[in-house]
Amino acid sequence: MTLDLGIAQFKPSKGDLDGTLASVVEMLARAGDGDPAPHMVVFPEAALTGYFLEGGVRERALSADELFERLSAGYAEAAERPVEVALGFYELDAGHVYNSALYARLGPDSTLVHVHRKVFLPTYGVFQEERFVESGAGLEAFDTAAGRAAILICEDAFHAISGTLAALDGAELILVLSASPARGATPGTGVPDNLARWDLIGSGLAAEHGVFVAVAQLVGFEGGKGFAGGSAAYSPRGERLVAGPLWEEAMIPVRLDLSEIRQARTEEPLFADLERSWTRLLVNSPGSGVGRPRPEAS
Amino acid sequence: MSTLEARVPVPPWMLPQVHAAHPPSPDDPSPLDIDTALVERWLVEFLRDEVRRRRGFEHVVVGLSGGVDSSLTAALCARALGSDAVHGFLLPYRTSSAQSREHALLVADALGIETRTIDITAAVDGYLERFEPEAGGHRLGNVAARTRMIVLFDQAFKLQGLPVGTGNKSERLLGYYTWHADDSPPINPLGDLFKTQVWALARAVGVPAEIVDKPATADLIRDQTDEGDLGISYPEADLILHHLLGGRSPERLAEAGFDPDRVRIVTDRLERTHWKRHLPTVAMLSATAIGEWYLRPVDY
Repeated sequence: MTLDLGIAQFKPSKGDLDGTLASVVEMLARAGDGDPAPHMVVFPEAALTGYFLEGGVRERALSADELFERLSAGYAEAAERPVEVALGFYELDAGHVYNSALYARLGPDSTLVHVHRKVFLPTYGVFQEERFVESGAGLEAFDTAAGRAAILICEDAFHAISGTLAALDGAELILVLSASPARGATPGTGVPDNLARWDLIGSGLAAEHGVFVAVAQLVGFEGGKGFAGGSAAYSPRGERLVAGPLWEEAMIPVRLDLSEIRQARTEEPLFADLERSWTRLLVNSPGSGVGRPRPEAS
Repeated sequence: MSTLEARVPVPPWMLPQVHAAHPPSPDDPSPLDIDTALVERWLVEFLRDEVRRRRGFEHVVVGLSGGVDSSLTAALCARALGSDAVHGFLLPYRTSSAQSREHALLVADALGIETRTIDITAAVDGYLERFEPEAGGHRLGNVAARTRMIVLFDQAFKLQGLPVGTGNKSERLLGYYTWHADDSPPINPLGDLFKTQVWALARAVGVPAEIVDKPATADLIRDQTDEGDLGISYPEADLILHHLLGGRSPERLAEAGFDPDRVRIVTDRLERTHWKRHLPTVAMLSATAIGEWYLRPVDY
């Protein structure tokens, strides 16, 4: 089985929620004219508003249900072809604001499938997330038309435990939605240093668990901070399958041969080793905080 | 397309090993090396996005001093927006050198941008000679710099353009500029590049060698040079600044072989000028104080 995935390297109109939502719908509808047309499209983190909103998150956050209603209604006017979509947005729920992503099926059988709330909120250097949004409680996989998937948002993917939990919950495709401000121009790679780091994270995450990984990067400048694009996808062996352009919006098509997951996991059964050892490891490792207590400091 | 290739195993060398490969050493300037092609495109996209997309301007105005910072800024603006969109202004005072004018015209001609010369002598002297004849060179420099910004902002208003700043990271960190003058334009492409990186980028984009290679000068006072004023060369200062901002202490740099007197020149200027890199200090009276509690980004 194959999955035609589209990575939407996207440039929002900062703070213009209505205009940006219209651009999201237009990009989805236009993708349907592609050959092959993607079954699934993944947009970046905070794609609906732009990333650096500071206190403005309160004014631009909306509920997942409202976003889904508006997205599905907009898409219904623009296209009929079913498509599944992951989209980053600031979520308002019962007075709490989160940095979230929804996963929805659009078209005739329109359904809100899943909402992931970013767990690891960077609050250092240029990042101030914990000042403005709250942390998600957990991480779970969900079913798509092409198998089980999970969403990670930016720093979530920097922690190996996130990919581990997603894979253990059955995810065979990990969608990483990112807004990574470009920094560093060390000669050698031709890309900003942060994208070189992302390349290692995406590749490592895929190879460790034998899963496909797609990293959707925001693009454009926000107050001098540049999101460079450079979205990418990785095979279950950790190969880079596709790389998006720098600095430009793009719909990046990539065909995933899902049978590669079995092949990769058979050739190098790291995931089977993890499944077998995971519970025992948690119980017997004081650092997990699950089983044996940590020894008292002497 | 980026230089990331598809269908390849990701090689371990993709991660830049800046810190591992470059423990601080006064003999190793390589931490300041930049990928000039990458940075050029980065700044061109910055100018396109910040001028046109975010702010809706079609034109920019740039003060051309004949130095490397303004020449590079004009070159980047011309690449980003087209030569017709860039308006260069030569704003000489009576003591400005003839070479500054020649170099400003040289770069404007090379870029195909229009220029206008507005001599600020009458404006500056109208104040200083009449009311403050005893003012020394430092005050003259500040008045000239602020007068240039009055002209630049007014011309920007007339032309419906956006003023573009030209200050670099070295002078910003050393406080070597006039507050609310050089630093006042609303966007600045060079402000996160050290002077040595400005030189490298200027060479790469084709700024004429006579401009890049001449001693840097604010040209506020005759025969003045930046490095003479600062008491340290830019390559030395930039490397020290790089390591200090990266979290290394002056003591650590001295242990690594940096001259403690040179380090002190840099740290003294850096620590005395934090105020200069901020907006004015406002007395906070409420829980809605702008920029303290009421936080909205510049492009929101």
